[in-house]
Amino acid sequence: MSQHFDDARIPALSRRAMLRAIGVAGLTLAGSSVRADQSIRLPIAGEPRDWPITHDFPQKGSMILQRTRPPLLETPMEVFDRGVFTPNDQFYVRWHWAVIPTSVDADAFRLSVRGHVNQTLSLSIGDLLRLPRVELAAVNQCSGNSRGFFLPRVPGAQWAHGAMGNARWTGVLLKDVLDRAGVKPGAVQVRFNGLDEPVVPDAPDFRKSLDIDHARDGEVMIAFAMNGEQLPLLNGFPLRLIVPGWYSTYWVKMLSDIEVLDRQDDNYWMATAYTVPDTPHANIMPGQTGVKMVPISRMVPRSFFTNVADGASLPAGAVATIRGIAFGGDAGVAKVELSVDDGRTWQPATLGEDHGKYSFRRWQVEIPQLMKGGHSLMVRCTNTAGDIQPAASNWNTSGFMRNVVETVQLTAI
Amino acid sequence: MRHLIFVVGTSFAALLASTPAWPAPAISSTTVELPAGDALFPGGPEADAINNNCLACHSADMVVNQPALPRSTWESAVHKMIKVYGAPVEDSDVPAIVDYLAKVKGSGQ
Ligand code: HEC
Repeated sequence: MSQHFDDARIPALSRRAMLRAIGVAGLTLAGSSVRADQSIRLPIAGEPRDWPITHDFPQKGSMILQRTRPPLLETPMEVFDRGVFTPNDQFYVRWHWAVIPTSVDADAFRLSVRGHVNQTLSLSIGDLLRLPRVELAAVNQCSGNSRGFFLPRVPGAQWAHGAMGNARWTGVLLKDVLDRAGVKPGAVQVRFNGLDEPVVPDAPDFRKSLDIDHARDGEVMIAFAMNGEQLPLLNGFPLRLIVPGWYSTYWVKMLSDIEVLDRQDDNYWMATAYTVPDTPHANIMPGQTGVKMVPISRMVPRSFFTNVADGASLPAGAVATIRGIAFGGDAGVAKVELSVDDGRTWQPATLGEDHGKYSFRRWQVEIPQLMKGGHSLMVRCTNTAGDIQPAASNWNTSGFMRNVVETVQLTAI
Repeated sequence: MRHLIFVVGTSFAALLASTPAWPAPAISSTTVELPAGDALFPGGPEADAINNNCLACHSADMVVNQPALPRSTWESAVHKMIKVYGAPVEDSDVPAIVDYLAKVKGSGQ
């Protein structure tokens, strides 16, 4: 999967940037370079391979364009090499329905809390800013992150690995807000809705629910800031639900309505969409039917290379630093291991600073001199609950919950 | 809604830093413009049916960026749009849409 550059087509700037990267890392970042025509080659399982890079979205820098309306924007992999927190202007974007308010008045905005409660609330941003404030570093990852690697291929956004990001979320505890309203006995779930709306009447509005105990666990938050600043509109300005350790489908954007239910939510986005086979790794055989489906929930451990891409080459006989990021899913990172011999032996990576169990964690390994020729490097993460990334890919019809051990093929020259 | 300040609880989860010392971030009203995403499906008259029925809710790139898929998968995708998402598609347009998808994005199965 190596990439050949036609020198004449590489603009001066990206060429300089590339040379600089080679100088620092001693490696060619073959798979991740932006090309002259402002497209990027994604290492997914087939066509389309070349994807446009866009700068056309508000409050966003360079992003991979998966869909224009409603926006699906992917974070380029090299962003994850720069730091453990994903900058707001390159944090991925994912919407379902195209009726997204393009203007939000921060003073007029209200968050309602209603349903099976003693007192209905209508909270302004100012009201929330006066509640006890909390901050948490947490990974937000789309259920379908890495769907483009599924074989056989499945419909949906053909993400590579960039439908994820890590931020410091600042806000208030959902529990504190629910306590202000007073949850009545017999509450079963809490349903969340945002300002976005379906394009046609009677189509299912995007709403998600959590069990009442989960909603009150003292970790689920309502965030008004990410990485110290208000949220970009496309990441959910002014308020977003933060569900640490759970897939992003629950992290409702432009959160405007919280409804306490005295029953199980059976709306389409809970009961039908975003469900996974109730099997280990949500794995089934292609074509298998009659499988029990359950709502997707907790994330599973993952780890990625960020300074080498599949198909890269490096000098033979020189020591090289291989690095990347990992996260434990709904538990912390216990260890990250690297194999340079097709998974026969594994060596522990050095872990970077711990920003809490829901955050990305950087990892790094100095690999010994590689002999000339092809080498496959693998990385895997084990979380603090003892879950380890599987050696085989999972498969399901929605392309959810991929967390197979990642492999890159390198050539030492 | 005037007296929302109350005493900080004692048992925040270990990883949550409560009431940090830094001031609240300024939250200011935001207005943006989003790209229209109104490009048509390529292919001229062959694309008429898909252009007439499949651009209301999402831009064409949603479809164009899909992998090659079996005809049966395209058939169920079109029916999902109609049944689940309420796409107003004339029955008589369905075959032309599926033909287009099977031709442009078909895996030959
Ligand atoms: C009434 C609105 C509406 C119309 C009209 C519509 N779609 Fe969709 N479509 C959706 C929604 C909603 C999604 C899910 C979007 C998401 O998950 O981001 C979707 C997703 C898709 C996907 C991705 C796979 C999937 O199931 O999520 C494909 C492919 C697709 N549509 C094709 C079509 C085609 C072909 C037509 C014309 C027959 C069409 N759409 C018309 C609403 C619509």
